[in-house]
Amino acid sequence: MIIKVLGTGCTNCKKLEANTKKAVEEMGIDATVEKVSDMKEIMSYGVMKTPALVVDEKVKIMGRVPSSEDIKKYL
Amino acid sequence: MDFISLIFSWLNDQLLKMDWLFNLIKWLTEDVLGLSIQDKVGGSLHFFIYDTIKIFILLSVLIFAISYIQSYFPPERTKKLLGGIKGVRGNILGALLGTITPFCSCSSIPIFIGFTSAGLPVGITFSFLISSPLVDLASLLLLMSFFGPKIAIAYVIVGLVLAVIGGTIIDKLKMDEYIEGYVKEIEDVDAEIEEMTRKERITYAKEQVVEIFHRVWLYVLIGVGIGALIHNWIPQSFIETAIGSGNPFSVLIATVVGIPMYADIFGTLPIAEALFGKGVGIGTVLAFMMAVTALSLPSMIMLSKVVKRKLLVLFVVIVAIGIVIIGYSFNAFSFLLI
Repeated sequence: MIIKVLGTGCTNCKKLEANTKKAVEEMGIDATVEKVSDMKEIMSYGVMKTPALVVDEKVKIMGRVPSSEDIKKYL
Repeated sequence: MDFISLIFSWLNDQLLKMDWLFNLIKWLTEDVLGLSIQDKVGGSLHFFIYDTIKIFILLSVLIFAISYIQSYFPPERTKKLLGGIKGVRGNILGALLGTITPFCSCSSIPIFIGFTSAGLPVGITFSFLISSPLVDLASLLLLMSFFGPKIAIAYVIVGLVLAVIGGTIIDKLKMDEYIEGYVKEIEDVDAEIEEMTRKERITYAKEQVVEIFHRVWLYVLIGVGIGALIHNWIPQSFIETAIGSGNPFSVLIATVVGIPMYADIFGTLPIAEALFGKGVGIGTVLAFMMAVTALSLPSMIMLSKVVKRKLLVLFVVIVAIGIVIIGYSFNAFSFLLI
């Protein structure tokens, strides 16, 4: 599973990345978490409000930071 | 009818204006600390404590309620709603959606790129960008709390009119070619909009309160501090000469001073309130507030990354002229509002 965290480096993006990593760890699934900070690439997902979470090229979360518990159901 | 209006005015006084808090802090200042609120020290202390608590209460309650509503209108949905609507109707819808779409200057670039790549006319995007920081549900309720319902509603209406007219002018002047080239090359993608559950919306709204609190608390304290200074320490005569109703340039000065400043409505209101209390015209006060919230150096720097200089300058000039006109009109017709 490839997970991408889209964001230009704001504090919320870092928080989402940390929460996602925690969720992955707790679930013990095989997944890579990448950070995407290039504006063109972010826009290529149609996201206009960062941070966003992309799982296997599908946008799951936009413009908010859910807890690691909440993230689990998207993985 | 009298009974209903009595209830309404009681609700307005206690919940929005928070008379109970005013009296509580008055008691604290006068009876506990032994300072009269007619004096400079007691007066500014009262102003500072009362306004700070009032703004933070309003901020928390309003941001929570509004974020909950806004969770139904992410910018991705706004983009879809605006697609295919041409002409002034598009500008009107853009301005209206600007009031409910969550916005901060940090997200103006992705929104601008998203709207443009979706083929929205530049004028409609600008109607949205003008109304978004200027008018929202929070500003309506806050203005009601500080200045009463008439002025609050008038502010919202003229703010929307400014956004519609400003966007329409930019449209008519065919400004499309002044968008930076790379913006148009970005492919338009519609993200699938996630539907949040009720619990998620509540969590989102709570997080927004915390986040906005973190972002604005310092501006609020600075704003209230300046307000307290104006309220009790800066001589009436000085303010009257600078921006009082006798000075024909008052609105112009207030606008020019407000434009580069960066603050949102929570930090601006205490200053506006204190100026109004010193007898500055309501139009001058509103022009100052609009200039601070609608235009700022950070937002201009952001926009300069997506539009060429000519369009940026045109945008600033149109909004500034609009604010000045609104200011002078409010001063001229203030007898209808107060």
